[in-house]
Amino acid sequence: MNPNLNRLRRSMMFLNAQKPSLIKDPYIYKPDSIMLDLEDAVAENQKDAARYSLYHALKEIDYRGVERVVRINGLETAHWKEDVRVCVAGRCDSIRISKTESAADVHAVEEEMKKAEEEFGVEHGSILIMAALESTKGVLAAREICEASPLLFGIALSGGDYTRDLQTSITGTGVEFQWARGYMVNAARCAGKQVFDTVFTNLDDMEGFRKETEMIKMMGFDGKSIVNPRQIAVCHEVFTPTEKEIIKAEKIVKEVDEKKAMGIGVFTVDGKMIDIAFYPGAKRTIELAKAAGVYEGDL
Amino acid sequence: MDVTTTAMAGTLESSDCQVTVEPGSGIELSIESSVINQYGKAIKKTILATLERLDVKNAKVTVVDKGALDCTLKARVEGAVFRASGYSEDEICAGKKLPWGGAIQ
Repeated sequence: MNPNLNRLRRSMMFLNAQKPSLIKDPYIYKPDSIMLDLEDAVAENQKDAARYSLYHALKEIDYRGVERVVRINGLETAHWKEDVRVCVAGRCDSIRISKTESAADVHAVEEEMKKAEEEFGVEHGSILIMAALESTKGVLAAREICEASPLLFGIALSGGDYTRDLQTSITGTGVEFQWARGYMVNAARCAGKQVFDTVFTNLDDMEGFRKETEMIKMMGFDGKSIVNPRQIAVCHEVFTPTEKEIIKAEKIVKEVDEKKAMGIGVFTVDGKMIDIAFYPGAKRTIELAKAAGVYEGDL
Repeated sequence: MDVTTTAMAGTLESSDCQVTVEPGSGIELSIESSVINQYGKAIKKTILATLERLDVKNAKVTVVDKGALDCTLKARVEGAVFRASGYSEDEICAGKKLPWGGAIQ
């Protein structure tokens, strides 16, 4: 199994692959993932130039452990197959499929990846896939998309196109995304995949960004797409377990392990009833804390 | 590769460079850079090595550098050369495959 499948992805920062000033050193801001964009950020007459730029960035820039996801052009365009070739030749970490609407879309990209992997001598399974859901059709197909491939690590909501398809707009209240967010979290969890929220584009409203990030964290999301390094710290703060949460999780894990050996199924931790149902959540908190580099315990 | 038409790639933004290639006789290279005194030789070496990998023997190449890294210099030279040698995006999309890892590296 690819060790990156369930890696920490609190922040996924979009960068135009055609802009050298953006792609030369984004690792200094320490996002968990960067999303090198060949799609919407790149003008139609610069699609070829963006690929040369992407290829050399992937091959020559040391991104210091930051995951390198590449957003390829949509399957409705003529660009995407060469996008897949350059992604594989450059050995990116993951490919983000734009405007995904079915499991067949994921299969189509995976087939092109296989061809390119054979051509460039890249091991199948070493490059992962994520799917962006940008339409009502895509959101409604979230479950089949999540189950489409073992290489698919997660799905992401793309709010701009989705609200256009819904015939509404981004209001700042989140009401327009309520159903899609809830459904996508359920579909992703049902298939054991990760799920990421859409971007928050008002860079002057950091309080609004924090509230939205806190809300999607409570809903069950794993992280958020971001458009500016200023958003990284807030995103990581929200998605990193607090000391209090880590201590509680540690107690639960240790108590469950100990009590299980004694044949006790229900007990109390800090005055609250705990049983085995709390165990996976507590383990996840510890794993998240470890991945975020804030766990100093012995579990 | 045969440079058959004039083509350009890149911008004049910071960290980028703009490369123009035109049909010519032999390699005629002109470089303008704000860091020409410090990095002129290295820039020239990267550009000539890229042209050699692409097997370009005849072209007039004009580079306006704005502090580009090596990877950007290579990408812009390749962009301009492929555009000038019959590899438009339309042709690439129609199945003309680019030599990633071969002439492009």
